[in-house]
Amino acid sequence: MSRLPGHLASLEDEAIFVLRETVASRERPVLLFSAGKDSILTFHLARKAFAPARLPIAVMHVDTGHNFPEVIAFRDAYLKAADVPLLVASVEESIRKGRVADVTGPRASRNALQSVTLLDAIRDHKFDVAFGGGRRDEDRARAKERIVSVRDDLGQWDPKSQRPELWDVFNMRLRGGEHLRVFPISNFTELDVWEYIHAEKIDVPSIYYAHTREVIERDGMLLANGPHLTHLAGERPIITRVRFRTVGDATCTGAVRSDATTIEGILEETISATVTERGATRADDKFSEAAMEDRKREGYF
Amino acid sequence: MSANDTKPLRCATAGSVDDGKSTLIGRLLFDSKSLMTDQIAHVDEASKRRGLGRTDLALLTDGLRAEREQGITIDVAWRYFATPKRRFVLADAPGHVQYTCNTVTACSTAEVAIVLIDARKSMTEQTRRHLFVARLLGVKSLVLAINKMDAVDHSHEVFVRVRDDVTAYLSALPKNLRPVDVSFVPVAALTGDNVVEPTRAMPWYDGPPLLQHLESLPNDEQLDAGARFPVQWVIRPQSDDHPDYRGYAGRLASGTLSVGQQVRVAPKGRETTITKIETARGDVAELTAGVSATVHLKDDIDVSRGDMIVALDDGPRITREIEASITWLHETPARVGGTYWLRHTTREVKATLESVDATFDVLTGAEIPFTGTLGLNDLGRVRLKTSAPLCVDAYRDRRATGALVLVDASTGETVAGAMVLPE
Repeated sequence: MSRLPGHLASLEDEAIFVLRETVASRERPVLLFSAGKDSILTFHLARKAFAPARLPIAVMHVDTGHNFPEVIAFRDAYLKAADVPLLVASVEESIRKGRVADVTGPRASRNALQSVTLLDAIRDHKFDVAFGGGRRDEDRARAKERIVSVRDDLGQWDPKSQRPELWDVFNMRLRGGEHLRVFPISNFTELDVWEYIHAEKIDVPSIYYAHTREVIERDGMLLANGPHLTHLAGERPIITRVRFRTVGDATCTGAVRSDATTIEGILEETISATVTERGATRADDKFSEAAMEDRKREGYF
Repeated sequence: MSANDTKPLRCATAGSVDDGKSTLIGRLLFDSKSLMTDQIAHVDEASKRRGLGRTDLALLTDGLRAEREQGITIDVAWRYFATPKRRFVLADAPGHVQYTCNTVTACSTAEVAIVLIDARKSMTEQTRRHLFVARLLGVKSLVLAINKMDAVDHSHEVFVRVRDDVTAYLSALPKNLRPVDVSFVPVAALTGDNVVEPTRAMPWYDGPPLLQHLESLPNDEQLDAGARFPVQWVIRPQSDDHPDYRGYAGRLASGTLSVGQQVRVAPKGRETTITKIETARGDVAELTAGVSATVHLKDDIDVSRGDMIVALDDGPRITREIEASITWLHETPARVGGTYWLRHTTREVKATLESVDATFDVLTGAEIPFTGTLGLNDLGRVRLKTSAPLCVDAYRDRRATGALVLVDASTGETVAGAMVLPE
């Protein structure tokens, strides 16, 4: 029996319990997979929950089109090795179809557009539950999220009328048009995630490790320079050694200066970090005090 | 013992409006160095924007727009922090009566309830409600944080008066609700006295600061009871690699389960033997409570989701008639004679609310005869009849198999949480 520290074993058992409860209670589950560490962890736990049977959950990436190429390569290789097919719901496609208008300008991010693409895909595939890798330690609004959370027919989250969630008895009932968002790793912290990845020897995309990259410094954050990023006046790319703490849309995911080339190094940096993962790396959360709540209300994951 | 080897201590916090609960939690996080600089900077900035003279630590936890606008906490917030000795999960519940369902939610999984009292006001109706709900939900340890001691000149007399008020209330509760473990800590959250660091302002207090006290509290575990393993899902790969594999997936709710052990599959009652136990961390000879597993049985018998694998001796009560304490959580009042979906462990059945036999007066803790309405935030005692048998235990003995959730059949809304009473 492998030696997993007690607190990680409890978190693992809880996540597996939630995954099994959900799949047993609903008809058409999908797991949202961005190849970020949290979705990799959720996928890993989902496979454990149903082993040795095949994963009884579809896997889907909501693709903004603004990707890190390394992450897409990792995504495809990882799922191929796991022999699990991938659905891709594309924001580009939603823009082409006129479902959403692309955002323009130097601070434009397609992060908010994902919600429409996701909801269309949920409707098209008739999914009734979407698993996400959201964690309660990420943000003040997330801290108030249920493990099992209802979205109405417009995909909206109403924080004031959330169902009470008592014990671990989950109400999975839905009315027509509604679907559930379920967050099996709600109670993991960023440090727990890295400790678990370390203990279980889980692969993550290379951009989580320190590497040399051309970046633009903006609002105290380091944004990867690339074809999708429009420069502001006076902005000059600099080359420095960085890693990413989160993986999201390439235009609004910031890097941090780092020399951590191993998981041990990342763990050390995470333990001594003085800034939260979203504070360091998500430009879209800096716009207002309740940016995450507002996006979640509109159907964001 | 280090934080990694122990289970986190699950705490619920409750306080009346303006008792300074969010400040206390902010202080716990801040002084235990569980906050990041951007979180602190954010709160500093938000406090300034509101024209506040001092950094308002409450803004750390009040994250929703409505909460910030009204300056109150509306929903349960989950916080995680650790000291070198212990990990903590805090379920921070708002105090106002209209959010009692959040106190219920927070207490449902808590081992410890931290109840805040404003030293100037002593016990309010809200305090009584919080204490009552915590005990009704089976929280073993109560920690009374007597806050704002700075506003009463750190007076020992005031502290003693509040402590005596609380003690008198708790000892007047019905016997089964009287707490096992109660402690009192005088604090001043605003200045941080006795929250994380000891204080010099109250030399008459010889106990530990709040955090140190929490570090020393035991986890609420029971290991020596008969097994309860609710089956969640049957794993049958039907693949070339595993043509005959058949495993029963679930999480052991209480007790222990061993390979070779004779067990019963409830409610039908067939007996068989455990042949193998798989967990996410490999096979084990003995399974302990809380661990997710896939269990294999010797005999090829009909077992499906909602069944429960249980010990031969010390088994659950198998019944369609249940008496339970109840907390009503929805604006639409209870319909006596109405039918609801009832969720118990992994089983969902229809249930009729046969009768409401009493409601509780939280001011005194006494039962009063049912007057016709069991509505939002009301607490009471009911009888339920289910469409199929359930395998239940008294909630006070085993939380997981004594807990019930009622769901409105037409709206799908969660309307009540109920706790099975002893036979």
